[in-house]
Amino acid sequence: MSTRALVSIPRNIKAGDIIDVRATLQHAMETGFRVDTVGRVLPRDIVRRVEAHFDDQGVFAMDLHPAISANPYVAFSLRVARTGTLRVTWRGDKNFSHTEIVAIAVG
Amino acid sequence: MHVTRLNRRCFLVTAIVAPLTQAPAFASPDSADAAIKTFTRGHPARDGKVSIDIASLVENGNTVPITVRVESPMTDADHVKRIAIFSEQNPLPDVATFHLTPANGRAQVATRIRLASSQRVVAVAEMSDGGFWQARVNVIVTLAACIEGAA
Repeated sequence: MSTRALVSIPRNIKAGDIIDVRATLQHAMETGFRVDTVGRVLPRDIVRRVEAHFDDQGVFAMDLHPAISANPYVAFSLRVARTGTLRVTWRGDKNFSHTEIVAIAVG
Repeated sequence: MHVTRLNRRCFLVTAIVAPLTQAPAFASPDSADAAIKTFTRGHPARDGKVSIDIASLVENGNTVPITVRVESPMTDADHVKRIAIFSEQNPLPDVATFHLTPANGRAQVATRIRLASSQRVVAVAEMSDGGFWQARVNVIVTLAACIEGAA
């Protein structure tokens, strides 16, 4: 099963606009505090870091801990100077990695 | 043996009953302060500039929306470098750290967090001039994340 993720940006972006970027990833974010029906701890398995790059420049990052809800959601702002590519990468436990690429076109 | 299909997210209640007699398993305002001190590298954080947007009464502690804003021009000379969110009563005090750059244009971040009980949530911002600012809010949680048993 492939991972589902969504990075959404507004339409009709003009140069100089500060836009909201919203990124959601399908991930259970197992906290490491839950216990199964026979008393065994379910091991921690979470997304640890989200990074956003505009073209080759790092513009935003987030370190996540078990207190971030399942299907982690983050929203941040981005001042768009020119047309380019926004790349959002999630990395986590058990070598988890997922990237979404979104084209940002300045009108 | 009939096993009731309880809210399977909330088996933590069985896990915390056993260790109650041992060292505390949850964060406290003290451990949150220790985590904040690590974040600020010992520097004091002043009240101000930071605002936390979160419901004061939360129905479901499993997914609580939170937005943190910091007053800042976000220029190369004057911007927010990091924003961290801490919990005073969750099992762990760290919740998230956001790393910002002037490219953000605005110091505003949002996410959804888990709250294990009614408690205070703290947001601390590190500015490019080395200063730290903070805000704290009290949140009442009706259905705690993984503390309650059957739904």
